Amino acid sequence: MDTTPLGHNVALSERAYRIRRNAVRMGEVQGQGYIGQALDIADVLATAYFHAMRYRPEDPEWEERDRFLLSNGHYAIALYAALIEAGIIPEEELETYGSDGSRLPMSGMAAYTPGMEMSGGSLGLGLSIAVGIGLGLKRKNSTSRVYTLFSDGELDEGSVWEAIMSAAHWKLDNLIGIVDVNNQQADGPSTQVMAFEPLVDKLEAFGWHVQRINGNNLDAVVAAFDTARGDVGPKPRMIVCDTRMGCGVPFLEAREKNHFIRVDAHEWQLALDALDAGRTA
Amino acid sequence: MNTATAKPRLTTSAMIASIAAEGQRTKPAPFGHALVELARSRPEVLGMTADLGKYTDLHIFGAAFPDRYHQMGMAEQLLMGAAAGLAHEGFMPFATTYAVFASRRAYDFIHQTIAEEDLNVKIACALPGLTSGYGPSHQATEDLALFRAMPNMTVIDPCDAHEIEQVVPAMAAHKGPVYMRLLRGHVPLVLDEYDYTFELGKAKVLRDGADVLIVSSGIMTMRALEVAKELEADKVAAAVLHVPTIKPLDTETILREASRTGRMVVVAENHTVVGGLGEAVAGLLLRSGVTPVFRHIGLPDEFLAAGALPTLHDRYGISTSVMTERIKGWL
Repeated sequence: MDTTPLGHNVALSERAYRIRRNAVRMGEVQGQGYIGQALDIADVLATAYFHAMRYRPEDPEWEERDRFLLSNGHYAIALYAALIEAGIIPEEELETYGSDGSRLPMSGMAAYTPGMEMSGGSLGLGLSIAVGIGLGLKRKNSTSRVYTLFSDGELDEGSVWEAIMSAAHWKLDNLIGIVDVNNQQADGPSTQVMAFEPLVDKLEAFGWHVQRINGNNLDAVVAAFDTARGDVGPKPRMIVCDTRMGCGVPFLEAREKNHFIRVDAHEWQLALDALDAGRTA
Repeated sequence: MNTATAKPRLTTSAMIASIAAEGQRTKPAPFGHALVELARSRPEVLGMTADLGKYTDLHIFGAAFPDRYHQMGMAEQLLMGAAAGLAHEGFMPFATTYAVFASRRAYDFIHQTIAEEDLNVKIACALPGLTSGYGPSHQATEDLALFRAMPNMTVIDPCDAHEIEQVVPAMAAHKGPVYMRLLRGHVPLVLDEYDYTFELGKAKVLRDGADVLIVSSGIMTMRALEVAKELEADKVAAAVLHVPTIKPLDTETILREASRTGRMVVVAENHTVVGGLGEAVAGLLLRSGVTPVFRHIGLPDEFLAAGALPTLHDRYGISTSVMTERIKGWL
């Protein structure tokens, strides 16, 4: 099993561990969830919320905050896990995940959850909204940024490419796109469902600053966020993150890859145990 | 030159700039000018379009406020998503395209990024219903049905230039998403001759009459007023109830007027008979136990032909002369 070196980002690795743990506990509440995706994106979310982004936990609508758009609404379980760790959502609400009346529905919606900036789920929306937010922030002379997380499967949507072309046209250097390449979408491996490679070449040809990294290597993720937030010219930034479904729980990483990873009732505790075993802090 | 062998010129108006009849009084680009006026006092107002600025009269706004005008390219989904993003940041975008593209191509984007979050985006769309001779690609015959079915959406179908000038500030005064059917270019001027003021959500009686009540919106109100004059010559007294706000419907006024005994109710709409004003009124009356003789003038549930608009309006029954004859036949 590949064990990713943690380098100097030990504090972030503890954040990532806690995000993964929150997500597994939510999965256990419902007995299901997009836990494979939550585990693969935890390192990116830890870096976003505990290294890169500006926000106030007590005031999720603070005007000076960086915006974080979750285009792939089914990753809500991962974002809730991060918002809980960030103190925007109380930890006890984790027990309500996906239940009637909860602020944490299975697919992310802006009206339900503090810190959720958009209603995702209909895939391919996020980057278009980000173009508008990027334009709006510039109109207000704001130094805030708009981050948008979306999935490799969303690259199939034509609207994503409309937004990619537009963000470069408007020179939106305040827009940071993060695409999770876990190579898994509803009907199978993303690269087989619709060939999207060579992704970096395509994005660069569209006028973006592009980095491609191992999205489960915290040092690499931190470096990529730092570069994207630095001066790389008047163009939007994309971080292409190659990730491993189920990362951090070896038996889930090894399980047959599916968009919706099956987890048996007794395995949630085993997953927590596995996370504890891998904890480095 | 031998003119004797010249072929007669065929009637055509495939893509005309105005739906005004020859000789009719008009006003140029009322939407564009009204938006410029509004924007002077509302710095949050922006103009956005998907490569149809010149064809939705938004270029007038663009010329007046170039730094508040966003050309989003021929990408209607992006247009609506980006408009949502700007509204998210406190701006009030007026997004324009053709009604076919907003209602069909960008529907999910409007539904999910704008309406579901109740964002303050104003959508103004040209070529509503049968106002283009290009065929189904440009004929938005089902836009009202689609936007009526969308929660949070306010839907307006103005009649003429006089009304559009009043609708624009009313759209801004209303908090939340609005869809407006846009008449562009030299737009007929009709309602200034009536004691009429647009109020969002209000239907208004433009003329009274004891025999027929015509309930209409958009350009069909212009037609209804002409029909009423023609019926008058035949001693038939037709009232005209103008319903510019399709949603929310002014149920109180419609029920009051439809409840007056002895009047046949005719709903006239520039829209498919499926899901528009006609079915909205019919459902309202039935649910309320008001059951006058009810007739419906609208476009058939089919893909309409290409051709000259006067020809098409005659063929599909929404011209003044055909409407007059049908109503006389029903009496």
